[in-house]
Amino acid sequence: MAKNSATATVDLAVRPRMFRAGYGTMLRKDFNRNRYLYLMALPVVAFFVIFHYVPMYGLVISFKRYSPALGINGSPWVGFKYFVDFFESYYTWRLIRNTILLSVYSLVWGFPAPIILALLINEVRSTGFKRVVQSLTYVPHFISLVVVAGLLLEFSQGSGLFNDIVQWFGGERIFFFQEPRFFRGMYIGSGIWQEVGWGTIIYLSALSAIDPQLYEAATIDGAGRFSKLWRITVPSIIPTIVVLLILRLGQLMTVGHEKIILLYNSSIYETADVISTFVYRKGLLDFSWSYATAIGMFNSIINLLLVVTANAISRRVNETSLW
Amino acid sequence: MATVHRRSAGEWIFDHANIFFLAFLCFVMLYPLYYVAVASVSDGNQLMAHTGPLMAPLGFSLAAYRMVFNNSMVVRSFFNSVYLVIVGTSVNLLLTSFAAYVLSRKRVYWKNLIMVMAVITMMFHRGLVPFFLTVRSLGLLDTYWSVILGFAISAYNMIIMRTYFLTIPDSLEESAKMDGANDFTILFRIILPVAKPVVATMILFYGVGRWNGYFYVMIFLRDRLKYPISLVLREILVANSADSMVGADGAGDMGDTERIADSIKFATTMVATVPILVLYPYLQKYFVKGAMIGSVKG
Repeated sequence: MAKNSATATVDLAVRPRMFRAGYGTMLRKDFNRNRYLYLMALPVVAFFVIFHYVPMYGLVISFKRYSPALGINGSPWVGFKYFVDFFESYYTWRLIRNTILLSVYSLVWGFPAPIILALLINEVRSTGFKRVVQSLTYVPHFISLVVVAGLLLEFSQGSGLFNDIVQWFGGERIFFFQEPRFFRGMYIGSGIWQEVGWGTIIYLSALSAIDPQLYEAATIDGAGRFSKLWRITVPSIIPTIVVLLILRLGQLMTVGHEKIILLYNSSIYETADVISTFVYRKGLLDFSWSYATAIGMFNSIINLLLVVTANAISRRVNETSLW
Repeated sequence: MATVHRRSAGEWIFDHANIFFLAFLCFVMLYPLYYVAVASVSDGNQLMAHTGPLMAPLGFSLAAYRMVFNNSMVVRSFFNSVYLVIVGTSVNLLLTSFAAYVLSRKRVYWKNLIMVMAVITMMFHRGLVPFFLTVRSLGLLDTYWSVILGFAISAYNMIIMRTYFLTIPDSLEESAKMDGANDFTILFRIILPVAKPVVATMILFYGVGRWNGYFYVMIFLRDRLKYPISLVLREILVANSADSMVGADGAGDMGDTERIADSIKFATTMVATVPILVLYPYLQKYFVKGAMIGSVKG
C-alpha cells in the first residue's frame, strides 16, 4: 500500500505537465461555465455543512465528558464510558424492546392497511365516489400531531368519547393512557387513522398503470371479477409492495419521539418509552448531553446498517434502490 | 374495466359491501373533526353533561370562540405561526429549488458530491443533542431562525423537486440561453413557472410541516411571546393548562373558563386546523403527483 502510493506520487511528479494542467483546466472551465450554478449551490452546501455535518461532528461528545464551559474540543475524552453506562442501565432493554415492538406492530398492522384500502378503492366503479373517498382519507395526514394527540387524550378520558362507546357496548370505562397495556394499540391505531389514506397514493398509481388489455383478455377467457382481482390486480402491485416493504424494514429501529412525547406519562413508560424519547429526556431535560448523544448515536448507527442492508436487498430483488 | 357484463350475486354483494365500508371509513376519518367543530359551538353546561357521540351542536354558543379570540396568547401565536410559515416556506422553496436546479443540470463537476452530501443526511441522523448544541452555539436559540434555517432543505423534498425538473425538456431553456440568460433567470423565469405542480406540492409539504411542527420550536424557543400556535395548542390540549386558556392577561374569570374548558379546547383546535383545511382543496390536485414521485424516488 505504502509502496503503491509512493510510486503514485513519483508518477505524478514526473508526468508531463499537460496532465495536471488538463485536470486543472477542466475544473476551471467547469467553474467558468457553471459560475451561477455554483453560486446557487453555495447556500445549499452551507446549509448541509452547518446544520447537518457540524452536528455530526458534534457526535464526538458521546466519547467525551462534554461540558458547555469547555466546549466540544476542550472536554476530556472518556472512551466508551457512556455506551457502557447505557448497556448497564436498568432501562436499556425496556427501551430497545419498546422501540422494536412498537415498530414491528406498526409494520404488521400499518403496512397492509393502505394496500387493502387501495384495492378496495380500485374496485369502486363510480369515478366520483372514488375521488371523494381518496380526498377524504388523505385529510388526517395533514392534521397536526398536537391535535391528534390532544383529541386522543380528550376522547380517552373517563368521560371521553371512546369510553362512551366502550360503555355503549357494555364495557367498563377505562383510563387508556394510564395503563401500559393500551398504549401500543392507541399509538398504532391513531397512526393508521392518520396515514392509511395517504399511503394508498403509491399503490393507486401502480394500479392505474395496469394495462386494461389484461382485464379484457381475462374477461374473454371467462374470468370473473374475483379471479381477475387475484390473478391480475394483486400480482401487478407486488413489486411495489416488495420495494416499500424492504424500505420499511430499513426503518425498523426508528420510532419518532414527537408523537410519543405528546401522549405518554410516567405511569406508562413501561410500554411507551422508546430510545428517541429517552434521548430527549436525558439530553434536553436532564442535560446529560454526552450520555444522550451516545444513545442517540447507537440508535442512528443501527438505523444506518438497516437502511444500507435493506437497500442492498432491494437492489438485488428489484433492481430499484434509494441511491 | 371496459367490458360490461352482468354482475353475479356475489359481485353485487361485494360492490355494495365495499361502498358501504368505504363510506363508513370516510365517516371515521372525518368524524373526529366534525366532533371538534360541533363541540366548539356547543353550550358548555350541556356539553359537560352529555355522554356519547355528538351529531349536532348541543345548544349554540360562541362563548368559547369569544374566549379564544380575546386570549392574546392564542391570537399572537396565530400570527407568529403565519409569519413562521411565510418566511420559513419561502426559505425552503428558494433553497430547495436552488439545490434541485443545480442537481438537475448536466455537466456540473461537483454535482454528485452535493447529492451524496444530501443523501447521507437522509440515512444518518444528525443527533438531537448535537443539533441543539450547534443551534445554541450559533446564537439562534429563542429565534425563529433556529427552525427556519435548521430545516431549510429536506433532502427528500429536494429529490422530489429534482426528479420533476429532470422531466422538463431542455429545449425550453435553450433559446433563453442563446439570449445570454444566466441560471438565475432560467430558474425563475422558465423552470419554476413550468414546474407549478411540484412547487405547489412543496408549498403544501413545507407549509403544513411548519404550521403543525411543535417539537423543535418547543426546544428552541424560550420566550412565550414567540410561541407559534402549535405550542399554545399543546399547552391547552395536552398539558391541560388553564392559564393558557385564559391568556396571560387573564381575560375572563376562572369559573367561567372551567365551565367551558372543553369548548375552549375544541375552539382552539379549530383555529389551528381550519387554515390547513381551507388551503387543502386548492393544493389537492397537485400534491398527489408530488407524493407519487416522492414515494417512488424517495
